Amino acid sequence: MTLAAPTPTGNAVVASGYAARRALGSVLSFFRRQPVGSIGVVLMLIVAFAGIFANVLAPYNPTANDFAAMTQPPSWAHWLGTDQLGRDLLSRILFGARTALVVGVTSAVVGGASGLVLGVGSAYFGGRIDLVLQRLLDIVMSFPLIIMALAVVSIFGTGVHNVIFAITIPLIPRCARVVRSSALAIREVPYIDAARALGYSHRRIILRHMVPNVVAPFLIMLTSFVGQAILAEAALSYLGLGVQEPVPAWGLMLQGGAEEYATTAPWIAIFPGLAIMLTVFGINLFGDALRDVLDPKLRDR
Amino acid sequence: MNPPSENRPPLLEVRGLKMYFPVSEGVLARRQLGEVKAVDGVNLTIEKGETLGLVGESGCGKTTMGRCILRLERPTAGEIRYDGVDIATLDRKSLLSLRRRIQVIFQDPYSSLNPRMKIGTILSEPMKVHGIEPDAHRRAERVRELLTLCGLNPGFIDRYPHEMSGGQRQRVGIARALALEPEFIVCDEAVSALDVSIQAQIINLLEDLREKFALTYLFIAHDLSVVRHLCQRVAVMYLGRVVELASCDELFDHPRHPYTKALLAAVPVPDPTVEAGRTFQPLSGEVPSPINPPSGCVFHPRCPIAVNDCKQIRPEPRELHSGHWVACGEVA
Repeated sequence: MTLAAPTPTGNAVVASGYAARRALGSVLSFFRRQPVGSIGVVLMLIVAFAGIFANVLAPYNPTANDFAAMTQPPSWAHWLGTDQLGRDLLSRILFGARTALVVGVTSAVVGGASGLVLGVGSAYFGGRIDLVLQRLLDIVMSFPLIIMALAVVSIFGTGVHNVIFAITIPLIPRCARVVRSSALAIREVPYIDAARALGYSHRRIILRHMVPNVVAPFLIMLTSFVGQAILAEAALSYLGLGVQEPVPAWGLMLQGGAEEYATTAPWIAIFPGLAIMLTVFGINLFGDALRDVLDPKLRDR
Repeated sequence: MNPPSENRPPLLEVRGLKMYFPVSEGVLARRQLGEVKAVDGVNLTIEKGETLGLVGESGCGKTTMGRCILRLERPTAGEIRYDGVDIATLDRKSLLSLRRRIQVIFQDPYSSLNPRMKIGTILSEPMKVHGIEPDAHRRAERVRELLTLCGLNPGFIDRYPHEMSGGQRQRVGIARALALEPEFIVCDEAVSALDVSIQAQIINLLEDLREKFALTYLFIAHDLSVVRHLCQRVAVMYLGRVVELASCDELFDHPRHPYTKALLAAVPVPDPTVEAGRTFQPLSGEVPSPINPPSGCVFHPRCPIAVNDCKQIRPEPRELHSGHWVACGEVA
């Protein structure tokens, strides 16, 4: 190997360039093969952009009351109108995207990652550990997501952090269950036996050999979790048990607008409702497309 | 079952090995319904530098034997003495040094490599874990050497398993087994899944490596011609027991146990005219369930020479003549 061995750095540059081109290639092929999923991606990007740059994009302070301009219909000054306290709806929806993203992504990622490790660990160790863990998860799963979240919030109180916590808890067993079933199949595959015969630690086998091979079902689930978490957050806020005023949150805006102003100022409820719907719709479209791409049985059809 | 007595102890000595898998029912109150007696009292020895073939039909327990020796299973009973130490009951920590000395090559080259890892990672990981080559550059160099040794292009280091053919992947599997410089390798149907032409290449590679590194193989297979080519001694298993063990030529030329005879007779002759003229009486019946094996000699319900005693008395292996052991009371 003395002959024409490329330098390590040159190799790394070539390798990273190759990896980048490959990643770009798979992104392009996703857009070409999944036109519907691409709509989902665009919707998600819009929401993410709105949430991240809300402070730049928003024309008004989302929590500033303007009693001179209450319940105004959409106009050039207030594109989406104002609510009963004279707050600009567009600004509140942009900042509401930030709340939805923070709550949705955090609970989906934390709940998903915990479920991933629990599910793979449960499958790997098997036996009694698996049995006990699965029955515990059964107990948590026996409550519908929103009921469980309500219970957690009523114990720990409201506010953004507790809402995230409340939505994370019921997501864990849902993820663990699906991941476990994939991991059970992988546990029986010879390369896991090879890893054991090579004397690798449990940790290494779980994290390096099993987790990367259940990533496909996990990613699909993770996207649907973001949608579910955003819906749960909106529901909790709508019920008054989630994010509290004056923090802008879509569920909260819906609640403020739906009851009293449904006929007199419908835009107060319509726009946050549309925002929730389009966001979750986009995430679900993307999740479906992702499943088609990652599921080898459906790929190349 | 000892080969001709020698001064030094054998590398591997299996005594009375039993591996029973419980069959149970119920979630909270577990009821044990029975046991699958995958391996039921096997004795074997393997000398350093030899290749012992382990043959038998599917489900006879040969793979379970290999898994017990690799300690992927914890045997129900019996001893596995490796270099004088009983490894059957060692805990995880004490096994670690053993892992460096005993390695495995699997049957299916597609499922035996982690599809998410590059070949370089697959081969360097064992060295990293066991601290053999702490320096990453030296490790990469070693990986290239291993690839070359196994007849692969060292450039494969950056490839993923799915970018390679079955034969190439099997070579990677062999390279992985060699990464820790073991002295004993369990080849679990290592060539059964490959095309015949690739089989020959892999067998030659295994032979070369055996000579180069003074390796000892336990070669588990069902293809008798491969076994005959590669092995010095052969053990025949039936329903969890070794029924006959002899040197390779002796076993193939003078099989004594009725099961071995039937097994050898079932091998087709690669000449259609000879094959057509051959009278071949296949064994009657099916292999009985290992959950509830027959009493006495497990082979008696299908045995053409069984007598009444065979139903009651379990035949112990006896040495007919030097190195040829048979577990049957009726043959001489």
